[in-house]
Amino acid sequence: MAKINMLQAINDALSTALETDDKSVLFGEDVGHFGGVFRATSGLLEKFGNERCFNTPLTEQGIAGFANGLASNGMTAIAEIQFADYIFPAIDQIINETAKFRYRSGNEFNVGGVTFRTPYGGGIAGGHYHSQSPEAYFTQTAGLKVVVPRNAYQAKGLLLASIRDNNPVIFFEPKRLYRANVGEVPDEDYEIELGKAEVVTEGTDITLLAWGAQMEIIENAADMAAKKGISCEVIDLRTLAPWDMDTVAASVKKTGRLLINHEAPFTGGFAGEIAATIQEECFLHLESPISRVCGLDTPYPLIHEKEYMPDALKTFEAIKASVNF
Amino acid sequence: MSNATSDNDTVHRVSFLNKGSVNIPILRVLQADGTVYEEAVLPAIDEALAHRIYDTCVFTRVLDERMLGAQRQGRISFYMTCTGEEASIIGSTASLDDEDVILAQYREHAAIRYRGFTTEQFMNQLFSNEEDLGKGRQMPIHYGSAELNYQTISSPLATQIPQATGVGYSFKMQGKRNIAICYFGEGAASEGDFHAGLNMAAVLNSPTIFFCRNNGYAISTPTTEQFAGNGIASRGPGYGMHTIRVDGNDMLAVLAATQQARAYAVENNKPVLIEAMTYRLGAHSSSDDPSGYRSKDEEAKWQQHDPVKRFKLWMINKGWLTEKQDIEMYDKYRKEVLKELKLAEKRPLCMLDTLIEDVYDTPTPRLKQQLKSLKKHIKKYPDSYPNSKGRL
Repeated sequence: MAKINMLQAINDALSTALETDDKSVLFGEDVGHFGGVFRATSGLLEKFGNERCFNTPLTEQGIAGFANGLASNGMTAIAEIQFADYIFPAIDQIINETAKFRYRSGNEFNVGGVTFRTPYGGGIAGGHYHSQSPEAYFTQTAGLKVVVPRNAYQAKGLLLASIRDNNPVIFFEPKRLYRANVGEVPDEDYEIELGKAEVVTEGTDITLLAWGAQMEIIENAADMAAKKGISCEVIDLRTLAPWDMDTVAASVKKTGRLLINHEAPFTGGFAGEIAATIQEECFLHLESPISRVCGLDTPYPLIHEKEYMPDALKTFEAIKASVNF
Repeated sequence: MSNATSDNDTVHRVSFLNKGSVNIPILRVLQADGTVYEEAVLPAIDEALAHRIYDTCVFTRVLDERMLGAQRQGRISFYMTCTGEEASIIGSTASLDDEDVILAQYREHAAIRYRGFTTEQFMNQLFSNEEDLGKGRQMPIHYGSAELNYQTISSPLATQIPQATGVGYSFKMQGKRNIAICYFGEGAASEGDFHAGLNMAAVLNSPTIFFCRNNGYAISTPTTEQFAGNGIASRGPGYGMHTIRVDGNDMLAVLAATQQARAYAVENNKPVLIEAMTYRLGAHSSSDDPSGYRSKDEEAKWQQHDPVKRFKLWMINKGWLTEKQDIEMYDKYRKEVLKELKLAEKRPLCMLDTLIEDVYDTPTPRLKQQLKSLKKHIKKYPDSYPNSKGRL
């Protein structure tokens, strides 16, 4: 098994998807000869031709609308939005069209073949237009699946599952990890089931929950806590919509405590939804209030990026506060 | 062309283009009295096609008249007519292959009728009953049928335009000699989706016809407040797209333009823009009163350009139709619409289970849980939920 980085794993998944499905088409801004600004689509135009892998004009709403049209007529559309920060011009197409195509037509038409891939998140000195984590906006829209991988292995398996899922998926790629995360990734075609969380480390005192790039942060915090004799159960949510309540609730019933960490701002973030649900499911098992370690309610900053981030140290402090409540 | 200019493109004194620089002719075939202009070239049309077109015209007129009345009586919540625009819609649809996909805005029910949507299907949608293909999820007039290749209407304006580019491209990828046709009004052409869709179609070579019904008004906003240039057609060459402007009240002109546009799109895998100059004789919708923003004189002037009457006169001139047959057709459809309306009104609504269907391909555990708890609640307070209580 080769050790490759997350971008190579994504490239491998895209190549596999195009190889195994004649009806699949890959497109977006600069994804053609250039191979994408992060090089996720390198070599794919050469391999599959410019009818199946091509540049589009600079129009996110156009890309999303075009993807909907392709999928509504039986194709598999894999669209890249160059940065998640730039998904907002496409939001009407995604929320009013992609998400509702099947429902509004009584399943006369659907765009289950659509997948939007988009790099998200901070930690790259990108300021507020190259660092946002807009996942919560999409989790409120019925009809969409929202998926975030945390490493190279997941990126390939989850992306293939997303492309082949019979529902539209928004696939957020943690760009901070694109090259930083290197791991063993099988050459063969494989999928990781959507809608299932993964218990990464078992523990007894508190459940730590995150997704994508923040998994590294809560794992570091768990190591810090272990040195203080606190045993953390670490869970990767992987799919935010629909999310795996059962796995999280089972863990919280065991540990009695929950901490949720995400990079997006605190207010209206997805942690709020999880916290509300878990207090309903696990009320009598909770030993302390559910804790949220998130970004601040500011636009994503440039020079104070380090201060803004819900980092391991902030998480460690929140773990101690929860355990000593 | 690229951004580089040759010496031939160069001038040495400031010279601006303006809307007067763009001269766009308008295609007319049929005169008001039903005779054809001497130099005009007729589209491909025989007696059977003429009858299918005229039949759709008559049905649509009757449907619009009766259903607007039904809305006024409070029997349905909303309605939109296409009165005055029948030639634009039917003339274009009649130029297509039945496998070509139609992406309409909302005022093009004549197109789905032309494809074979039955009177009963219309009524089921308008009354949102359990036979509605859309399972009662959208307002009246949001028709759609996979069988008839007519994509379900979406209320947000212009969203269908870039989608049509995608549908057209999918036909090219699938090696099928089909196209997508996309209808929209001149108001929708102000949305970003219009630019996105046309630009992508031209750049990516998508066989798609963009059909603009320039009907004079976007709800209450006249074209003078909608765009400053020479209509919508002037934009076509800007996108590098084949473009034509037609008299949208002239069935034969629309038919001729769309037949040739389709042939070009299929042969070359390229888009075409058609601007049909027409007039919305009715209100924008049943919620609108046009007397507040336009004069009776203006409407009366356009009544004289009635597209259905003009086409009828042509058919009578050809000996393909008589006044007596015409009256019988109207009579037949009035009876049929009334009969189907009464039947549809009595059909029950969809079962509550359909509430959570089609959100995803299969309902999520959370949705199932929500439905279960909703049913429990309705059972406890059945009289507060009269539509569902007996059908859980």
